[in-house]
Amino acid sequence: MKKKKHEKLFHMVKRDDISTSVRVAIKLGAIVIALVLCAVITTVATGYNPVEVFFSFIDGAFGSSRKIWITMQDTAILLLISIALTPAFRMRFWNIGGEGQILMGGLGAAFVMMNFGESLPSGVVMLLMIVSSIFLGALWGFIPAICKAKWNTNETLSTLMLNYIATQLVAFFIVYKVPSGSAVIGIINQKTRAGWMPELFGSKYMLTILIAVILTISLYFYVNNSKQGYELRVVGESEKTAQYVGIKVGWVIVRTMIISGALCGLVGLLLVGSKDHTITTTITRGLGFTAIMVSWMAKFNPFIMIPASLLIVFMNKGANNMASAVGLNESFGEILLGIILFFIIGSEFFVNYKIAIKKDRKKNNSEKSENKGLTDVSKNKYEKY
Amino acid sequence: MKKLTALLMAAVMVFALCACSDSAAVESTETAEATTGAAETLNIKVGFICLHDENSTYDLNFINGAKEACEKLGITPIIKTNIPEGQECYDAACELADQGCEFIFADSFGHEDYMIEAAKEFPNIQFAHATGTKAHTENLANFHNAFASIYEGRYLAGIVAGMKLNEMIENGTITADQAKMGYVGAYTYAEVVSGYTSFYLGAKSVCPSVTMDVTFTGSWYDETAERESANKLISGGCVLISQHADSMGAPTACEAAGVPDVSYNGSTAAACPNTFLVSSRINWAPYFEYAIKATANKEAFATDYVGTIATDSVVLTDLGSAVANGTKEAIDDAKAKLQAGSLHVFDTATFTVGGETLTSYMADVDTDAEFTPDHEVITNGYFNESGDGFRSAPYFDIQIDGINLLDVNFG
Repeated sequence: MKKKKHEKLFHMVKRDDISTSVRVAIKLGAIVIALVLCAVITTVATGYNPVEVFFSFIDGAFGSSRKIWITMQDTAILLLISIALTPAFRMRFWNIGGEGQILMGGLGAAFVMMNFGESLPSGVVMLLMIVSSIFLGALWGFIPAICKAKWNTNETLSTLMLNYIATQLVAFFIVYKVPSGSAVIGIINQKTRAGWMPELFGSKYMLTILIAVILTISLYFYVNNSKQGYELRVVGESEKTAQYVGIKVGWVIVRTMIISGALCGLVGLLLVGSKDHTITTTITRGLGFTAIMVSWMAKFNPFIMIPASLLIVFMNKGANNMASAVGLNESFGEILLGIILFFIIGSEFFVNYKIAIKKDRKKNNSEKSENKGLTDVSKNKYEKY
Repeated sequence: MKKLTALLMAAVMVFALCACSDSAAVESTETAEATTGAAETLNIKVGFICLHDENSTYDLNFINGAKEACEKLGITPIIKTNIPEGQECYDAACELADQGCEFIFADSFGHEDYMIEAAKEFPNIQFAHATGTKAHTENLANFHNAFASIYEGRYLAGIVAGMKLNEMIENGTITADQAKMGYVGAYTYAEVVSGYTSFYLGAKSVCPSVTMDVTFTGSWYDETAERESANKLISGGCVLISQHADSMGAPTACEAAGVPDVSYNGSTAAACPNTFLVSSRINWAPYFEYAIKATANKEAFATDYVGTIATDSVVLTDLGSAVANGTKEAIDDAKAKLQAGSLHVFDTATFTVGGETLTSYMADVDTDAEFTPDHEVITNGYFNESGDGFRSAPYFDIQIDGINLLDVNFG
């Protein structure tokens, strides 16, 4: 008796399939609700007009042509790291060592710039920079991969710990190069510009953006349409299945992580050779971790990572601008970003489940059982993410 | 699921609140604008780039200086905070230039190269940078370095410390031989060496038997390391502590142990009422006022500016209650002599290096990768720190007798 009385008004029903338009509507709805909530919190907590704050966000990211360029460049860098991590994630190899792989790439580039920048012709210097940064990034991906393949070590721990080793190596390099100074290398080859990556079409930001575009497209097809991409996806779904169909699991892990690490190394090259022209232990600005979120938010789809990266960069730039324009602390922008991300990620629930009201319950249940046999298991597995 | 309905209701109510408070917010910003009238009004935009925000004492000191100077000049500064020492600094400087700023300032050592890049791109805009070393060799008319003779402030703070030691000797708390001070430094480079040496010389000028132990944390801000360093110094027999690092670590350790403390960058009297003696800091407002005025009037201004006690750029806080009798008179006397030029902090007659009096020293004034000594800096019997024609940032890096470095590993 009691049980019946307490029967819930709503309950969750797993969605079996969902049309793109509904999915987009749910996501947009989540963003709108998040923005409204942000506005409420802004007003209640600070007394500022939320519209004013919102416009200072837009001004921060897109307020002038220079700002647009910088926003595009920063989006490109975050996007590059996100797509670099993606092949490993699709393989269910939790590479949280992006930071370290980028730092090693940057270290390779900085080493070449500082030691050979003035003595070798610039073409050779750049070639050496590219090779050394990609090699070191790949090496930092290879180490945890080979340990995983040979001894089944936990890659979450090993990639994380390699981050610290990379940070310390960079710190050592800096102290080695600047023994009695302030542990700041400063702009490398500022006068000669040796080893500085070229400006394309007269813009120093273009190279990074162009590389991001090319690699995003390439990686999409690599993961989704190539044999190697297929192999890594199968390994991700079930190692046993992969073994059964004759895929060399260990080799796929190593190969994929070398690619992942090499791409991160390339980002290190771009940071040192094209953006900052220096090396510091914090040159990644934590983007190796942010990119994990971008990759997941986009469900490992490189094209969806474009708006995801842009959103995060937009919020960061906006928060920074707000800090100076409206006089709020930058941390407030981070609170707002947290709210928006919470809603976007939380909306996944409504993509996977729908809320049924009591009277519809029976109908839904029968629908569900009918569809059950029809669902594509492998597809469903990815839908969860 | 009643909860859900309740939540929805709550949300609706919050919306209602939001709608009401909008108008109030607009009003408050308007009144704020109305009150910023000032005696002088210059028609110029200025921008400031800070490594962190007001939560860091270092940046707060600049932000306060900027606000004070700008209020005096009747202008509103644009302050960009949390700008890392990378391309972001160049971007921030360019954005400020795009917005019409004619004077742009950055506060952190690692910003310098990026400010130089921006200065090259905007030759009609004045760029200034604190603690930097390159302006005097870069040959850019629109790039400037600024610092202050904070060693004079530390010398005066040293006198306060020396007076306290004398009091302890007189009271019989310690013997003259036990007059050992401890110093928590951040790094081993000239800015810190110049600072602790001047502090030591100030103490020595009133308490001749004083010695000092110095330890380094390898960080500008590491509360735990600074506290532990202070504790280490205290247990090693130091009876008075000072610091050149930015956290409250050392002052709070001193308060806990009941050891007198000379802090830096602002008074710690509120947190450490029983042990706080005095603190010295750089006041940036005079420089900002001078540089912004010069920029507004299209006048050239110093490539390397050194603020002094005379320009009010180096200031001491109010004395703590723990200071010895007669301290105020002693520092006023020394201050007057410093201003008159009859007293020099690094007078070679007051210290020895390896038992010898220093007669010549080549310092690394011009920045280069190898830190090559390039200028004779002993003139008229004293070490000419931050001297005319040299750079504004300190270059005193000599280890003098009486100061004992416990560790030197933090390059």
